[in-house]
Amino acid sequence: MRISNIKFTFWTVLTLSGFALAEVGSFVLPTLQNQTFVIRDEAYRAILAGLIFIYLATAVFSWFNEERREKYAKRAPFRFFIGLVLLTWDLLGTKFGLLHMPFFPGPSQITWVFVEEWEFLLSNLVYSLRLYAFGFFSGVLLGVGTGILIGWFVKANYWIMPVLKMTGVIPAVAWMPFALNIFPSSFLAGCFLVSMCAWFPIGFQTARGMQATQKAYFEVAQTIGGGRFYQLLHVAIPNALPSIFTGVSTANGLAFTTLVMTEMMGARGGLGYYINWAKAWSSYYKVYAAIIIMAVLFSVILKIIGAIQSRALIWQRGLTSSVEERS
Amino acid sequence: MSKNAVEVTGVTRIYTDVHGNPLEALRDINLTVNEGEFVSIIGSSGCGKTTLLRLIAGLDRPQAGTLTLNGEIIEKPSPERGYVFQQHGLFPWLTVEKNIAAGLKARRIYRQHKGDVSEYLNLVGLEGFERSYPHQISGGMAQRAAIARSLINRPAVLLLDEPMGALDSFTRADLQDKLLEIWKANGTTMILVTHDVDEAIYLSDRIVIMTPRPGKISEELIVDFPHPRHRGGVEFLNLRRVILEKLHLASARPQPEYTI
Ligand SMILES: Nc1ncnc2c1ncn2[C@@H]1O[C@H](COP(=O)(O)OP(=O)(O)O)[C@@H](O)[C@H]1O
Ligand SMILES: [Mg+2]
Repeated sequence: MRISNIKFTFWTVLTLSGFALAEVGSFVLPTLQNQTFVIRDEAYRAILAGLIFIYLATAVFSWFNEERREKYAKRAPFRFFIGLVLLTWDLLGTKFGLLHMPFFPGPSQITWVFVEEWEFLLSNLVYSLRLYAFGFFSGVLLGVGTGILIGWFVKANYWIMPVLKMTGVIPAVAWMPFALNIFPSSFLAGCFLVSMCAWFPIGFQTARGMQATQKAYFEVAQTIGGGRFYQLLHVAIPNALPSIFTGVSTANGLAFTTLVMTEMMGARGGLGYYINWAKAWSSYYKVYAAIIIMAVLFSVILKIIGAIQSRALIWQRGLTSSVEERS
Repeated sequence: MSKNAVEVTGVTRIYTDVHGNPLEALRDINLTVNEGEFVSIIGSSGCGKTTLLRLIAGLDRPQAGTLTLNGEIIEKPSPERGYVFQQHGLFPWLTVEKNIAAGLKARRIYRQHKGDVSEYLNLVGLEGFERSYPHQISGGMAQRAAIARSLINRPAVLLLDEPMGALDSFTRADLQDKLLEIWKANGTTMILVTHDVDEAIYLSDRIVIMTPRPGKISEELIVDFPHPRHRGGVEFLNLRRVILEKLHLASARPQPEYTI
């Protein structure tokens, strides 16, 4: 269906008007709550301005492309709604002080944290990111390695699989007391726990994917001159790839949970640690700020993994029905 | 004088069926295929055609008898004996081009023979589909890719297990001509399993008729008229009638004997 210029202009205006209303509300309406401290609106206003700019730019960018137009139009009502939500929140939280404090601060307070405490937040963000990177990647390597052993060697299947199954059901954080004592630093203990939680689902799925390889593919490999190693590398492992990614997705969800929990319970840094620290000072608006950063960070990580997956499994496109096609 | 390429002597293969009873898939099979010959094996479903072909490929071992290729005992699969499976068996994770190159990579001679890939791709008429994945091409094209994958290893003999079984009649005729063309160009010995009498007559130098329970060779027929063979020609139709009669005869159950 073609979207006419007039209609598309309407959707653009609708998208922008939600955020514009929120912006106007923030500028025009007076702050009526009795303040115990000065509320700084600048960051919130800047973010709203940023959103308006981004969506305007997207609209311009989409103008000449039918597909992008459609996508943009489809999302317009939701984006308008988000603008209204922000406006309402700002009114209730910041302007009139009707929300229960200090648990439900307004958007201005929360976003000002990014300005006020950006250095501390950034250092904790980097801590989390490093913990995730080291922990998760070692978990993936360990999981894939174990999975290949189990999937390929009957002996490994006999000896290691039961161990994997038994230890795999234990939430990794249960090992925290030991991890904190055994490892020289809380960072390494965190890495270990994140790695552990990724190890099980990935190892299990890798082995399962390899064991599900059709016998015919091994026979084909043999008749074209492929030895055992060729069959492992070019038949069993590629066959397990979709399954490995299923394991990686599961592991990723577990890794986020484990990451935050280890940071909250034992670490000297990280977004989880920041949340704990902010809570100790009853600075709940800072907790929200950290949560927002987490949401963005984890979404970005998911996006990256998704991109790697669709790149690695490009041969599956059209072979299985993907979510995109169904919706 | 033509050399014997494949020599099957006194081969018996007994499976165990689901009830644990012995099932004689092949009994005392003797077959000689000459170098460069095109032999078809024909027979009803379940008469042991695939079993025989798998034994020649080295994918299976017989209980009794021997199989040789150029005098050497066949013990395990080898790229010398190319095998085209009933369901093409292309690796779904590789493009057509990479599937064809797989034979070279498996033998670790890809670097020296890179150029062969496009040569064999063209030989089976798949230009333009290098980057397609197996599920994106038709069944006939996939079968041709599978044939190219086997041929790139320059096998002494190509074993084909009903490669055209799942194809529509137009695609089938196309692939048959392609096969003849390749056979003439490369001189590869061909052993083709089929249940299509016309296909066997159209392609082969010799037709081997098998009968089931237990799997045996009941008859061998020479096809001696020249290519291209006309499916409506007199010789063709005569031979066809003879083979059909033999097949019916072969599959007819022994009449029960009545005693008074
Ligand atoms: N792996 C196996 N285990 C048990 N029985 C088998 C096996 N493979 C084939 N058979 C049996 O051997 C007989 C011959 O099979 P097959 O060679 O596949 O026949 P064809 O290819 O002529 O249709 C059939 O009765 C089949 O059920
Ligand atoms: Mg068969």
